Amino acid sequence: MLPSGAVWTAALVFTPLLAALACFLAPRAANWIGLLAAGLTTLAAATMVPTLMTDGPLRIAVGGWGAPLGIDLYADGLSAVLLLMTAVVGLGVSAFAPAYFGAHPQQRPWFWPLWLILWAALNGLYLSADLFNLYVMLELLGLSAAALTALSGGGPALNAAMRYLLVSLLGSAAYLLGVALLYHAHATVDIALLGARIEPGMLANAALAVMFAGLMLKTALFPFHFWLPPAHAGAPAPVSALLSALVIKGSFYLLLRLWLDLFGDLSRLLPELIGVLGAIAVLWGALQALQQQRLKLMIAYSTVAQVGYLFLAFPLAGGLNGTTAWRAVVYLALAHGLAKAAMFLSAGALLRFAHHDRIADLDRAVHRLPLTLTAFVLAGVSIMGLPPSGGFVGKWLLLEAAFQQDRWGLAVVVLLGGVLAAAYVFKVVGYAFTPTAIAQEGGSVPLSMQWSALLLALGAILLGFAAPLLLPLLEVGAPFEPIVGMPS
Amino acid sequence: MSSVLVLALTGAGLTLLGLHALIVKAHLLRKILALNVISSGIFLLLAGLAARTPGGEPDPVPQAMVLTGIVVAVAATALALALLLALRSATGRTRLDDDNGQ
Repeated sequence: MLPSGAVWTAALVFTPLLAALACFLAPRAANWIGLLAAGLTTLAAATMVPTLMTDGPLRIAVGGWGAPLGIDLYADGLSAVLLLMTAVVGLGVSAFAPAYFGAHPQQRPWFWPLWLILWAALNGLYLSADLFNLYVMLELLGLSAAALTALSGGGPALNAAMRYLLVSLLGSAAYLLGVALLYHAHATVDIALLGARIEPGMLANAALAVMFAGLMLKTALFPFHFWLPPAHAGAPAPVSALLSALVIKGSFYLLLRLWLDLFGDLSRLLPELIGVLGAIAVLWGALQALQQQRLKLMIAYSTVAQVGYLFLAFPLAGGLNGTTAWRAVVYLALAHGLAKAAMFLSAGALLRFAHHDRIADLDRAVHRLPLTLTAFVLAGVSIMGLPPSGGFVGKWLLLEAAFQQDRWGLAVVVLLGGVLAAAYVFKVVGYAFTPTAIAQEGGSVPLSMQWSALLLALGAILLGFAAPLLLPLLEVGAPFEPIVGMPS
Repeated sequence: MSSVLVLALTGAGLTLLGLHALIVKAHLLRKILALNVISSGIFLLLAGLAARTPGGEPDPVPQAMVLTGIVVAVAATALALALLLALRSATGRTRLDDDNGQ
């Protein structure tokens, strides 16, 4: 008899996967099947929380075969918070999608199966305990994301999807090369076993180099961000929300796991280099966002900047109170997920309303679409890092770590990035209050589209108050401490 | 030179060759082929490095990984080819448009 924790954990992968098949076979019922699957998957993610808090991290040998031969699923606090964030964003996007695709009926039969496969891949990624299973999930994630990018079918979208697919395949090929090297040296792909066996040397350094290069490419860290803005801006609004809020976090999570469990002690130089790239990304992405004329491109460049923040933890992690820096960026990743999904969904609602997304022609959108603009501003508050939002908690922790280690440069980057974010968010708000010379006609926007964006944005704000609940959950299984001993 | 080293070096060589073509060649069909060459190189490396003890039985686990990898590569190639066809019928182009790239 399986413990119930194991059943729920398996449901996190199998519910969206089976629902994807059902949506493919019965496209007419896709909306209902999709929403039902979204609800069940969210329930499964929520059920994990009490289990983890009372029993500690979960390790499940699928089919009764244990590591090193079988496939293990493993869930600790880090997996759990990301699974929860994925579920909340997934639920929001699923609630947005039926009304959105009501106006694009030819895209709907493809959206649901692809999105549910993407969800299964993300959950599988957060639960996998071995490097090869992670590779398969990474590829599944990349393929479904690239297919979703192409959904709207126009020339620019197909171009962006093609580029995204090539980049994504190259990234996972590099990762697989690293897996091959590690397997050769240590004869296992189980992360916990590898963590105990790995030792500094040329082979480990080579594996570190190719795996990090591949995953940084997939996470769009500057200067590997070139593929992101056209892909994220060209996709349909719900897909943009998924790509920016969730897909990027998948490869970032993998980077984080590899660093924490395998490579953390190998290099002193690499974390500094990654930190510099992150700092450039924060400033460069925000400056680019400020210059965009199109709302969706602006939000996409904002993602480039926010991805930069996630990498600022690497140079801080080795120093005094370094685990605070990890907590900070995980919190930033959660806050960014909710806020960026809300932003892209409100951009989708504005696009439906005005039939364009030129920032300068928003023409009093604030009066005519107040719910959507409120969602945009609340999400912006979290992106800027103002209290009491989730973004604020993340930035506060990051600044705390930077101050404790006298890293004033990094602290300045964190603050400056927030100021620039405020500039581009208020630019949009300013135009939304201003009437244009020629008054614009506006179409009607279904309430489900407006409310799903607003609720996600409220979630990003509430995340600021949820810190006392989420930070202890994050500590389950001590993901940020070095591995001691081998699993039984 | 041991057979492991020959396989490993050939695999690494193929991977580099594919990477070069992926970056340099503009035609998308060539880029897709380049990715396949990269994958083949990595599979060769993976299978070649499986023989860890000279003269001993090779480890079966990497063979299973290569099989899975081939399935993934076939699926990825199919998607890439489908995208290429769609791109050509929508725009008439068979290469990436770099103007809206950066």
